[in-house]
Amino acid sequence: MKNYVVNVNDMTVVYHKKPVLWDIDLQIPSGILMAIVGPNGAGKSTLIKAMLGLVKPVTGKVTFWGESYESQRKRIGYVPQRGSVDWDFPTDVLDVVTMGTYGQLGWIKRPGEKERELAIQAIEKVDMLPFANRQISQLSGGQQQRVFLARALVQDADIYFMDEPFQGVDAKTEKAIIKLLEELKNRGKTVVVVHHDLQTVPEYFDWVTLLNRVVIESGPVEKVFTDENLRKTYRSTSENLYRKRDVM
Amino acid sequence: MNPQLEIQTIAILVAISCSLSGVFLILRQMAMMADAISHTILLGIVLAFFVIQDLSSPLLIIGAAIMGTITVFLVETINKTKLVNEDAAIGLIFPFLFSLGIILVTLYAGSIHLDVDAVLLGELAFAPFNRLIINGVDIGPKSLYIMLVILILNILYIALFYKELKLSTFDVGLAATLGFSPVFIHYSLMSLVSITSVAAFDAVGAILVLAFMVGPPTIAYLVTDNLTKMIWLSVLFGIISAISGYWVATWFDVTIAGTMATMVGILFAIVFIFIPERGLIATMHSKKEQKYEFALISLLMHIINHQGTPREIEELGIDTIKNHLYWEEKFTEEIIDRVLDKNYAYIEDNILKISEEGKKFALSNYYHIVDLD
Repeated sequence: MKNYVVNVNDMTVVYHKKPVLWDIDLQIPSGILMAIVGPNGAGKSTLIKAMLGLVKPVTGKVTFWGESYESQRKRIGYVPQRGSVDWDFPTDVLDVVTMGTYGQLGWIKRPGEKERELAIQAIEKVDMLPFANRQISQLSGGQQQRVFLARALVQDADIYFMDEPFQGVDAKTEKAIIKLLEELKNRGKTVVVVHHDLQTVPEYFDWVTLLNRVVIESGPVEKVFTDENLRKTYRSTSENLYRKRDVM
Repeated sequence: MNPQLEIQTIAILVAISCSLSGVFLILRQMAMMADAISHTILLGIVLAFFVIQDLSSPLLIIGAAIMGTITVFLVETINKTKLVNEDAAIGLIFPFLFSLGIILVTLYAGSIHLDVDAVLLGELAFAPFNRLIINGVDIGPKSLYIMLVILILNILYIALFYKELKLSTFDVGLAATLGFSPVFIHYSLMSLVSITSVAAFDAVGAILVLAFMVGPPTIAYLVTDNLTKMIWLSVLFGIISAISGYWVATWFDVTIAGTMATMVGILFAIVFIFIPERGLIATMHSKKEQKYEFALISLLMHIINHQGTPREIEELGIDTIKNHLYWEEKFTEEIIDRVLDKNYAYIEDNILKISEEGKKFALSNYYHIVDLD
């Protein structure tokens, strides 16, 4: 189990009596760039949130490096969906990116010069330096996503979870993001991305999890990302649940 | 201190305390919740009174704070079922708990010296009558000291948890994953709001508490995009409303708390209408400018598209062009005048022709409009 970063066992998540995720078993190896792929309502975002304790599973256990999530919190980075926050909030790019350092700081202690430096470096990494003092309400979708990414870089985590980082961004930003993700991978980090665009999966990722309320298949892209598996993933959800019960 | 100064000092302390916690209420879109809390605490006070039997006991604040938290909890519990929206849930819980409080006050009116009018609008003018006397020495009105403690509490809380408040208000998900309990921040803020409300409510009444919690932060939000500035401006607008409200009330000899709340509204209206760039006048002006600018580019593009074509005389003829732009005649004339004024076009043989300058201007703007990022 040592070479797995994340281990998900028998996890079921229920929203209002309906299972969103059903008996998930998932191992995420170290140093991969993984896409979570599946139709709308397949529970992709929920899977990430449940792993990070933001949604409470009914059953199941998640470990990071064999330990509980709480004890490994500082090594885990999270990039929520861009639409999950209010971009009219009265603050600027530098301030939002600095939020990435808050985890290291802990309660009450305020960010200082060192944190500012780290934030500036991260902003430079995502090519947003000219916008460092820009109000976040004045950013385009692509720029907002870069700010979120910079904030995650500042965290300097060992595993990153990103919820649809490519949604609503321009082609230029998409290329910039994927370059950054590859760089993270090359530095030995593990990156897990909720992804929508099937066409770019083989180009961008080396690992893929096909999800439709149950894990259809998870593994290296060249082995798992097959027509047959995709057909299984994108057919109706109820049928997937039914088959899972059959096996049990 | 003379009574005039005492009343104003109390009002200023209330204004600052409320504006401080109000900033985060506004950013969390919880103005309605503040409304509910500032009223339902009455029930908390009454219930606590039954236990303590002393209307001047500071322990009543605890009863009120608990009721404030219960209000938030009930609203959120109902809302979480997704059967009732949050605004409706507040609309149910708030009158219910508040009315229970009112019923209890009227039922036991003999033993509780709480007046329903005073609950809503306070009796700021009477505040100096209730003195704090230590060792036989009169050191000032009681509510002044209570509000001073509340203000210090507010300042300490925000100074201590500024970072956590900001993070959990902007991005709950990140706050949770970084280990800053958003639940703790949420309920501690709500407790602070309840405590501030109940202390202030005794002096100035529920309506002014609400006006100070919602008004100054909202006005500040119109003026700035910076959280620190928003907090300072909110405090400033609170103080302005309090002082101006006091003097207007004295001038007309009317309710002090009521006039202060009115001043908050007037201050909001002034800023809302006149603030440069995003005020009412500025946005109306810029909308009009945009309309003209866009029409100007449209006209230039129309000329570029039809210049040199066989239908040029019809499409670009000075008398017939208005049939093809589908604008009102007066507006068309105005736009043509503007185009000619700026030398973007000229008239030759009664036909509108574009100049080099106009072509450059139109195309650069056209690409600007089409290229979204």
